[in-house]
Amino acid sequence: MEHKAPHLELLGLTFNPSNILMITIASVIVFIIAVLGSRSLQMRPSGMQNFMEWLIDFVKGIINSTMDWKTGGRFLTLGLTIIMYIFVSNMLGLPFAIAVDSELWWKSPTADPTITLTLAVMVVVLTHFYAIKVKGTKSYGSEFFKPMKFMFPLKIIEEFANTLTLGLRLYGNIYAGEVLLALLAGAGTAGIFAGVLSFLPMMVWQGFSIFVGVIQAFIFTMLTMVYMAHKVSDEH
Amino acid sequence: MHFLNPDNLVLGAGAGVNTGDILFQLLAFIVLLFLLRKYAWGPLMGIMKKREEHISNEINEAEKSRKEAQSYLDEQTAALKEARKEAQALIEAAKKQGEQQGEDILRAAREEANRMKESALSEIDREKEQAVQTLRNEVATLSVQIASKVITKELDEQAQQKLVNDYLKEVGEGR
Repeated sequence: MEHKAPHLELLGLTFNPSNILMITIASVIVFIIAVLGSRSLQMRPSGMQNFMEWLIDFVKGIINSTMDWKTGGRFLTLGLTIIMYIFVSNMLGLPFAIAVDSELWWKSPTADPTITLTLAVMVVVLTHFYAIKVKGTKSYGSEFFKPMKFMFPLKIIEEFANTLTLGLRLYGNIYAGEVLLALLAGAGTAGIFAGVLSFLPMMVWQGFSIFVGVIQAFIFTMLTMVYMAHKVSDEH
Repeated sequence: MHFLNPDNLVLGAGAGVNTGDILFQLLAFIVLLFLLRKYAWGPLMGIMKKREEHISNEINEAEKSRKEAQSYLDEQTAALKEARKEAQALIEAAKKQGEQQGEDILRAAREEANRMKESALSEIDREKEQAVQTLRNEVATLSVQIASKVITKELDEQAQQKLVNDYLKEVGEGR
């Protein structure tokens, strides 16, 4: 557990090269899966195309459960990209972690609060952007004083709270999973007896981490759409 | 107290905010979003929409052909009914004609029979007439003969009576 992060400073910006690496790998994997799934499109889908179409229907279902399709249709690609990117990111840290010179290189990018909060801020900013785009500035502004004027500070706090919970929930779940995996793996290398003893919980925890990764990807997408609907729809 | 050290909030965390990571993550996500929209989601949704249209077309087509088939069926049923009715009418007509013909034949036969009977009767009458005529003629001749015999033969009254009776008897038997 004495892993340190690689560190790099460039053009006045601070980089964690391992994050850069894992973000790139996750993006490339998502892109490859998506392109493989939509390479030879047919009227009668088979194999990967079936899976991708199921995914599209799934995200469509998420959007439809929060807002009507006329306003929600434009968020379909956003939701699809989010759910796939986060799912793949969550899965990346599960099978192994690579540390070079006690610097951790291979892990889930979503096990870093910087990454998850970046995604969360991006989503919340997008909700504001689309609120203005769909409803107009005036309607968007007046939304902060409903149902009563004194609610304004609460509304402001709500935005920050939404951002923080959205980002930190994902981070916490994945980080906790990886910490426990690292502990179990560390125990496994301590000796034969500990290795045998830690093998079973390792399996169980990896299975549970897969489950958590799937659920977190779903929750992140769901909440994105809920916030989006909250801002974009008229009924509140 | 290992986990309370803020440096350990990230697996192997460094100090400070990784501004570069933030920018890179944003950039990567936006690029990924656009690439996927162009190369994956776009075509996929296109084909899904196309399939939807195709299916709806097929359903419309099926509906239409079903209706057509129904109308053909109705037409056929009507034609069949018509044909059956026509056949019934034909049979009826034939039966009527047969009856008519039978009656005609019967009547003709009856007439023929009547005619034959009448002609037979008239024949009989004529024959009878003829016979009577012949008889009359014969009676006349016989009378003449008797008379001549009576005249030619002189007899006593008794014998004469007997003779007359005999002749009369003879005549009656000869008849």
